[in-house]
Amino acid sequence: MTSQARRSHGYDGVAVCAPVTVPYARYSNESAHWWIARAIRMALDESGLEPGRVDGLCVSSFTLGVDSAVGLTQHLGLTLNWLDHIPMGGASSVVALRRAARAVQAGDAEIIVCVAGDTNQVHSFRRTAEYFSRFSQDAAYPYGAGGPNACFALLTDHYMRHFGVQREDFAHVCVAQRANAGRNPLALFRKPMTVDEYMRSRMISDPICLLDCVMPCAGAEAFIVTTPEIARTMGKAFARLLATQEHHNAFPEDPIQYRAGWARDPRRFWDTAGVTPDQVDLVQTYDDYPVISLMQVEDLGFCDKGEAGAFLRERNLTVDGEFPHNTSGGQLSGGQAGAGGGYLGTVEALRQLNGTADGRQVKDARIAVVSGFGMINYDRGVCSGAVVLAGEGA
Amino acid sequence: MTEPLDPPGRKKALLRTPPPLSPPVPRSRAAMRFSVMAARGEFCLQQCRQCDTIIYPFRDACPSCLSADLVWEAVAPTGTLIALTTIRISPDGYFSNHMPWRAGCVRLDNGPSMMVHVHGDVLVDQHVRLIARTDKAGNGVIMALPEQDTPNMMDDPQLRELTCSPKFRRVLITDGTSRIGQAVARSVLGAGASLVMLGVPSRPGAGTVDADLAAREDVQLVPLEVTDQTSVAEAAASIGAKVDILVNTAIHIRPGDVSSRGNSIADRDEMDVHYFGLLNLARSFAPILRSRGADEPRSAVAWVNLLSAFALGNWSPMGGSAASFAAAHSAVQGLRNAMQGSGVKVMSAFFGPTDDEWYAHLQPPKIGPDLIARKIVGGLEQGLEQVAIGAIAEDIVERWREDPDLLPRELGRS
Repeated sequence: MTSQARRSHGYDGVAVCAPVTVPYARYSNESAHWWIARAIRMALDESGLEPGRVDGLCVSSFTLGVDSAVGLTQHLGLTLNWLDHIPMGGASSVVALRRAARAVQAGDAEIIVCVAGDTNQVHSFRRTAEYFSRFSQDAAYPYGAGGPNACFALLTDHYMRHFGVQREDFAHVCVAQRANAGRNPLALFRKPMTVDEYMRSRMISDPICLLDCVMPCAGAEAFIVTTPEIARTMGKAFARLLATQEHHNAFPEDPIQYRAGWARDPRRFWDTAGVTPDQVDLVQTYDDYPVISLMQVEDLGFCDKGEAGAFLRERNLTVDGEFPHNTSGGQLSGGQAGAGGGYLGTVEALRQLNGTADGRQVKDARIAVVSGFGMINYDRGVCSGAVVLAGEGA
Repeated sequence: MTEPLDPPGRKKALLRTPPPLSPPVPRSRAAMRFSVMAARGEFCLQQCRQCDTIIYPFRDACPSCLSADLVWEAVAPTGTLIALTTIRISPDGYFSNHMPWRAGCVRLDNGPSMMVHVHGDVLVDQHVRLIARTDKAGNGVIMALPEQDTPNMMDDPQLRELTCSPKFRRVLITDGTSRIGQAVARSVLGAGASLVMLGVPSRPGAGTVDADLAAREDVQLVPLEVTDQTSVAEAAASIGAKVDILVNTAIHIRPGDVSSRGNSIADRDEMDVHYFGLLNLARSFAPILRSRGADEPRSAVAWVNLLSAFALGNWSPMGGSAASFAAAHSAVQGLRNAMQGSGVKVMSAFFGPTDDEWYAHLQPPKIGPDLIARKIVGGLEQGLEQVAIGAIAEDIVERWREDPDLLPRELGRS
């Protein structure tokens, strides 16, 4: 069988719309159920739909306690034909899009709300870190209990020494995102940041400094996947899917992570999308640490392996620049609302493509790539994925 | 280079003793198997019996061929440190109290990568030695050490969290009058103990402390009769708060199997010393040691209990005492669980026939007090929870691990 024959079907008949964000809070006494309910309600308000019209739900959350998506149907009074629970952290929205798009395309469901949200109570972060996964429990957390900071410190240390990347390169990414966040009223950190401030930021787990880390917070994000016909009745703009990819446990042979699933076949991804990387108007990478953004830029084919530091340094990454990157400020400046962090890039890309990114609108935004990465099951992110989205003007 | 430890000064009376916090506790069942081997100082990993892949982290199936046929095998404990970090902030209380903490990623020479604790003398890209030990939670962990010994390397603060070195610590030896007790005293003093408290039993037949030992300034004699609950409680009240390591050397062994003794006098004496004596000690000293598990710079770290290897399998010539040691062996297991979370390790020191009058009717090999003392101190310095002393004890422990039912049958025919 040729690779042509194995190419996945396109995404005709699929529309993505109604991107919403429930404003984040550093800490919250409310439950994940509360945050998720608010996001769904907001998405329905945005699209003018009654709750009874929803026939599909796709949920991602770390803090639902004993509940899964099943519990939410009864809790929220939703009667559905299609239900999915995607426990993939930072890769959640990409995977949710893939699942929901095929369900709509196949006629299994018509209006699917995709939602991710988490609460953040005082002990949430420690509990999530301590009980994250069996491998983490057995073989990572007991080694200093640094949580994701320590795991990323190790792969950042390795990446920096192996590819000659400097902390200044990370600073460039963080500073630009902070500038973008300054134009996003929903971002938790909006005060401008300088390279010097980044360089002086205190070490958390060398070489990871405070400004490399995302702030855990409470929040929720959602969008709706439906048919173009239904989307049009809402009277709002919507986006189409040009290509998607999803990988799990790619490159297990690498002794330490310096790439992820995106690197498996970037050419096929772009061929399917029918566009080239230089035609992309904005890029949303998963940025729980800057090193991962650099890997995504490389593995998705914007530049060669090991060269993202130089590639990004030479470009203006702000909303007005030639390489608009994480235009909402990303998680680094916006905060990480648990699994919501895996939705933030997609929701922002949809806003940009719909022309509703007030105050930080990328001019003529037609093609966006969103990349997801998640689940430090042990020593590395296991899940990765990406989508190319096109606005109506594309 | 590791900074040598400073001898701790006298603790200020008003200083609060911080309650011990445990490192993270939850583990999978497979990881607990690793902990068992780490407690013995063995570096073993799972290996697939079908495709020979060495596996890490601990799994229930092989990630190369999906076979569920995994065995634990000793693996060459060497690798290269390919990434290093110094953790300065942790959400966990235990580690927060021990910041900064070095952790790294080691690629095994013949296997996978693993996240490990990293000794202060190890630099990134270096070839390292790995050890498996139990941490303060009693869970097996891996630490990367310099390939060659470095000056003062045992004083590394992270390594000292995994070990129970007598250096600058105060040691109570419950029977300080026996040959074994005095050998242990000399040995821990040689290993840097700052004070040795020698228990002086009051029961008939107890020995006396050698004059040279008794005269030392760093040796203190303490009336302590393990079979007398009041005596043990009084000793604990007077010296309990300065016991960092307790070595229970109280032994009362008489020959004879379970059916040959004319009455129960010897059996009761053995039970009194080995089992009830241990219980008396546990009741009075264990709560104090528990509370001092994080009393840095000189915390309570270990309880060592001498046990006849015949506790694991009854052997007729010593069958009566073996039964009392079996009871003590069970009590030591209970004590180990009771100490959980305090950071105090409980070490079972299994010994074979010794070269004293009570084993005179047996054939060699026999072990002397010096070997017992050396093995105990070595076990403390390495942070082990189980040592076997001498060829016979090693043999018995190995057979017992292989099949605990086979051992007594084999012993019955030897």
